[in-house]
Amino acid sequence: MTAFLDMNRRHLLASLGTAAAMGALPRVSFARTVGDQRFVLIVLRGGMDGLAAVAPYADRDYGSLRGRLALADPNAQGGVLDLNGFFGLNPALADIHPWYAEGQLLVAHAVATPYRDRSHFDAQDLLENGTVTPHGTETGWLNRAIGLLGGSPLDGSTAGRRLGLAVGQGVPLVLRGAAPVASWAPSPLKEADGDFLDRVAALYASDPLLANALKAGLESASMADHALNADADMSMDGAMADGAPKAKGVRLDPAQLGETTGRLLADANGPRIAALDLQGWDTHTQQGTTAGRLAGALGNLSKVLVALRAGLGPAWRQTVVAVVTEFGRTARPNGTGGTDHGTATAAFLAGGAVQGGRVLADWPGLADDRLYQGRDLAPTQDLRALMKGILREHLGLDGGALNKAVFPGDGSPAAVRGLIRT
Amino acid sequence: MTLEAATLQAAIATNRFGLGARPGDIAAAQSDPRGWLEAQLAQTETPPELRSLDSSATRLAATYAARKEKDENTRKPLREALRDAYRDDAARRTRAAIATDTPLRERLVHFWSNHFTVSVSRPIVAAAVVPYETEAIRPHVTGRFADLLLAVTRHPVMLNYLDNAVSAGPDSPAAIRRQRGLNENLGRELLELHTLGVDGGYSQTDVRELARILTGWSVAAERDRDTGTFLFRANLHEPGDKVLLGQRYGEDGMGEGLLALQRLARHPATARHIATKLARHFVADDPPGTVVAALEKSYRDSDGDLGEVTRTLLRQDAAWAPELRKVKTPTELVISTARALHGAVHEPETAGGGGQPVGHVDPVFRSLGLLGQSPFAAPSPAGWPDQAADWAGPEAVVQRVDWALTVGEKLGDGIDPRQIAEQALGPLASEATRQAVSRAPSAADGLALLISAPEFQRR
Repeated sequence: MTAFLDMNRRHLLASLGTAAAMGALPRVSFARTVGDQRFVLIVLRGGMDGLAAVAPYADRDYGSLRGRLALADPNAQGGVLDLNGFFGLNPALADIHPWYAEGQLLVAHAVATPYRDRSHFDAQDLLENGTVTPHGTETGWLNRAIGLLGGSPLDGSTAGRRLGLAVGQGVPLVLRGAAPVASWAPSPLKEADGDFLDRVAALYASDPLLANALKAGLESASMADHALNADADMSMDGAMADGAPKAKGVRLDPAQLGETTGRLLADANGPRIAALDLQGWDTHTQQGTTAGRLAGALGNLSKVLVALRAGLGPAWRQTVVAVVTEFGRTARPNGTGGTDHGTATAAFLAGGAVQGGRVLADWPGLADDRLYQGRDLAPTQDLRALMKGILREHLGLDGGALNKAVFPGDGSPAAVRGLIRT
Repeated sequence: MTLEAATLQAAIATNRFGLGARPGDIAAAQSDPRGWLEAQLAQTETPPELRSLDSSATRLAATYAARKEKDENTRKPLREALRDAYRDDAARRTRAAIATDTPLRERLVHFWSNHFTVSVSRPIVAAAVVPYETEAIRPHVTGRFADLLLAVTRHPVMLNYLDNAVSAGPDSPAAIRRQRGLNENLGRELLELHTLGVDGGYSQTDVRELARILTGWSVAAERDRDTGTFLFRANLHEPGDKVLLGQRYGEDGMGEGLLALQRLARHPATARHIATKLARHFVADDPPGTVVAALEKSYRDSDGDLGEVTRTLLRQDAAWAPELRKVKTPTELVISTARALHGAVHEPETAGGGGQPVGHVDPVFRSLGLLGQSPFAAPSPAGWPDQAADWAGPEAVVQRVDWALTVGEKLGDGIDPRQIAEQALGPLASEATRQAVSRAPSAADGLALLISAPEFQRR
């Protein structure tokens, strides 16, 4: 059944190419091999509290500053999971804690984008657009990076191939731009096919926006059918056996989200770079420590990461996952059992390609006079430097092009070197 | 105006400013398209579908009671009842939008409800989101912005959603007695999203000062009288002077907040912010500067009279341009489809006989979820996005086409899609679309093509 739909979806692509006057016929199969590196960007929307996710438990000011939100030492009941004798992971991230010892998890702390105000929406815009100004451009840095991948280890038959994948119904800003990207979201709707799609495509000849979106969407659907059915017999999960896990409706649980993303990326001819969002980080109230809203959100993140690793299978070895958020939160608890919008926070790099097992931080300290504006964890490293490091060493982008097109500027901050296992 | 021009204007009136044409709407609007819209601004009656809704206080009280219940077996049915109440409310709200004779007014309700978003993502307010709209938004959409702002800001659902209900002044009696303190959430979003806009010239200090001013604006709890209604808690209020946007507020309890809201409603940055959002919603993602300027001036000249601002919008030639620049949101797509079919989408499925099963999900409600816009489920306090880039991504467009096909298969039997096209789009339907619909191999496919067509996906 799915193969039949797949054929029809593919059949349609040729007519769409004509209808939309797109020029060259789109390619639907990719004969030449491309690079094997995978990159996944997970954006935590709402502002993750870095001091709660990765607690500097040995900082002498930590306990008094955090008050009711302080996590206990590693040796205490419900305490943090030690990383390096100074920082510890929130126990809600227990499932990925072993990755640190395996050298597959790197924590960066006191990280921030160049944004210094406290609007979620401007902060997310800047995080994704890669400039130093909210709404500075309409395209995302990851899309621009994909556009540069010609000449990199991901070189080759990239024409007509969608190396980027947006997981979800929309395409987040970070993946918007000139380079065509695939997108995938679960849907229980019956798929339109063949003749009907030909007719719709003809109607969209006069509407480039809809025509291009339809074409991209169908290519993605074709790609997803292929990737998700390739090893259906080997799948342990019955829900996956009939292609995408459609029967469950549009809301995937975190494990399904992670696993499906992993499988799409694992496909030899599939996308290589994916972005997905996780919500629930804006913890103004009921934040909690090892239980509560934040622990719930961290637990979801942990499930996504574990499932992503499982879905990627052997491709995990060539994978870097970056987990980022728009800003951190106030260093002190607010008056209502939560934290308000802040500045610096933590970020995670995970994956078999990561030179992990370490915490990257120029720790600013938590004394009152060390806090940013007397209230937030002070930023001491720029998130862009980490992203540049990944794009450079993992995806092989040229430094000059990075500073010109991806994170436009004078070259500062410089890419962090040595993030990737060699 | 020639007859052709008048028909085109009528089609634009029903689709761009309304919620899509039902059979007969274009004809009804034809003699005076703008007048047809303006007349709706005076119709202030609550739609019949929403008249018997529970109050938000009732729903909040039930939510508090469910939370207090310790036994999981007792709590579960309470929570399910609350979830069903939300779904039922949301289905009534979409039914009202489908049936309304005043679609412009309903559009305005949806617009302002989104501007002042509350979301079921916070369980404490989930069962009360539709009552919130009915109580705080609906009565004010053609009134003064200052009244709307006050109704929203003192509404228990907003006070819970943005955490102000529990915010305590650091030097308030409650904070001194117990470990409680300030929460900036409402103060910030009020400035950034509800009034001045993110570039409106406020600072972090202003956020904090407004949060201090609003301390005490709270909600009656279970132990209080009138549970779930607004309650000013003097013991949470921060004593002493505050300074917001350079203006001093002497200690005046709740009066400080009332004054601050009035001033914010009159602030020039608020006029600009509101004008831009309205023009973006009705005219184009990147709205013409002339339209924004006219709305801004109208807002200032009328002291924020939203009826007058809306009338000004209707008088802008640029707003009536034939080009369909806005891509419909999923809500607009689903509602306009149902209107084009004259409510046929709402016929309950009769297969199997008997009543509707427990937990039955209304097909329109389900459609909205499938297309990514469940009612009152915006991902953040900023509300749903309002630009094509957010709604017409690859996956979304494919799902819209798949959805159109499903609607065609379920509802296309026995209808004439050519007639539906004529009644819903009139002269907006292109020759290509007319041909595609009439040449479709079945009525089902014809209807699905009509719904998929650019003229129907846009407005």
